[in-house]
Amino acid sequence: MSELIDALRAFEGRVIGPPTRALDAVNEPMIRHWCDAIDDRNPIYLDNDAAKANGHRGIVAPPTMLQAWSMRGLGGRTGATAQDDLLRLLDSHGFTSVVATNCDQEYMRYLEPGDRVTTTVTIEAVSDEKKTGLGVGHFVTTLQEYRDDAGEVVGTMRFRILKFAPQPKVEPRPQRPRPSITRDNAFWFEAAKQHQLLIQRCARCRQLRHPPGPMCPHCHSLEWDTVDASGRGAIYSFVVNHHPQVPAFDYPLVVAVIELEEGTRLVSNVIGIEAHDVEIGMPVVAEFVAFDDELTLPQFRPGLN
Amino acid sequence: MTLAFKDVNVGDELPPLEIALTRTLIVATAIASRDYQDVHHDSQLAQERGSKDIFMNILSTNGFVGRFVTDWAGPAAVLQKVQIRLGAPNYPGDTMRMTGTVTRAADGEVDVTVRGANDLGDHVTGTVTLVLP
Repeated sequence: MSELIDALRAFEGRVIGPPTRALDAVNEPMIRHWCDAIDDRNPIYLDNDAAKANGHRGIVAPPTMLQAWSMRGLGGRTGATAQDDLLRLLDSHGFTSVVATNCDQEYMRYLEPGDRVTTTVTIEAVSDEKKTGLGVGHFVTTLQEYRDDAGEVVGTMRFRILKFAPQPKVEPRPQRPRPSITRDNAFWFEAAKQHQLLIQRCARCRQLRHPPGPMCPHCHSLEWDTVDASGRGAIYSFVVNHHPQVPAFDYPLVVAVIELEEGTRLVSNVIGIEAHDVEIGMPVVAEFVAFDDELTLPQFRPGLN
Repeated sequence: MTLAFKDVNVGDELPPLEIALTRTLIVATAIASRDYQDVHHDSQLAQERGSKDIFMNILSTNGFVGRFVTDWAGPAAVLQKVQIRLGAPNYPGDTMRMTGTVTRAADGEVDVTVRGANDLGDHVTGTVTLVLP
């Protein structure tokens, strides 16, 4: 990597191409076109008298147009430059993306119609490798100097870009399918969010039941309450799902019927063990897993408590 | 109407400015700055290059920052420096809301910190240095 740094450092201070004279002198039509587009109504850009009243010899160009005078237009640019070499070097090391980060302009005087600027571009600095929000990369700062025909610097622009290695896109993991929550079973899922494993109990005959339902299958009472399960149980039966795979789950996926020590059974997953080591009768304990902000479910891990 | 230096105090806020970022505005400002890069006028090519849509070029951002400050300061103000940091792109359909505060006023020079925010975040933040009579 230090080889790259050395190679990058060699670009510092290098002038990019010969000084380039603007295609056109500063002129009123381009100023008006700019002021229309930006909707800038400052009269010193549009009205000779107003410009004079404010200390200018006549109409002046908006200072922020500085770079516009040096643009090469639709015809584009010519020739390879040191900057092309620098960017290619960074490309070849994986820093293939570019974003402009800073633009600092300084105006020594306002330009007037008839001024024709000549631009010199220097690679001022190439940073060490930096970690940024976009990825790892190098900042490249160029200095543009704009001179009039008398050779006086009328403005400067420091322009900084970040050449960076784009981070591989991380696809957000699809969410687990939502359970079908009804008025009859909502209490069970709400309790799971609080890391509570509930078992529904008939308020009349005291029989436990799962999955939740409105009526006791033994005595047909509609009255019920709940008890807290200990979370201890054993694997009653299981399958290992290899295919088809749904992206929300990890495979191989152990889908098991767990018999709780209270006697009811529920369908869940067995985690924390290789699928081929799972056995019927194996003791397991509940562990609550928050899959996302909305869904927390008990999963079962081999163990006695 | 131009502000006089004596009337400006640190902490003064500039009248906010909202720029409706129409497609026409983004194309017109790019061409007015003689910038024909396709990402500023051709949405199909912009998308092929990984952008959501065409977006405003930096020269225009400079132009709006300058206009925002001189709209407030008046025609006798002389801009000396425009230093900006670039952030979220200005895409068509969004709005750039510009706000500014005077952070320094000394020896006839005034610094204004400027922020132009769109729905994605800060498009531009920076400092403009100007001289007032």
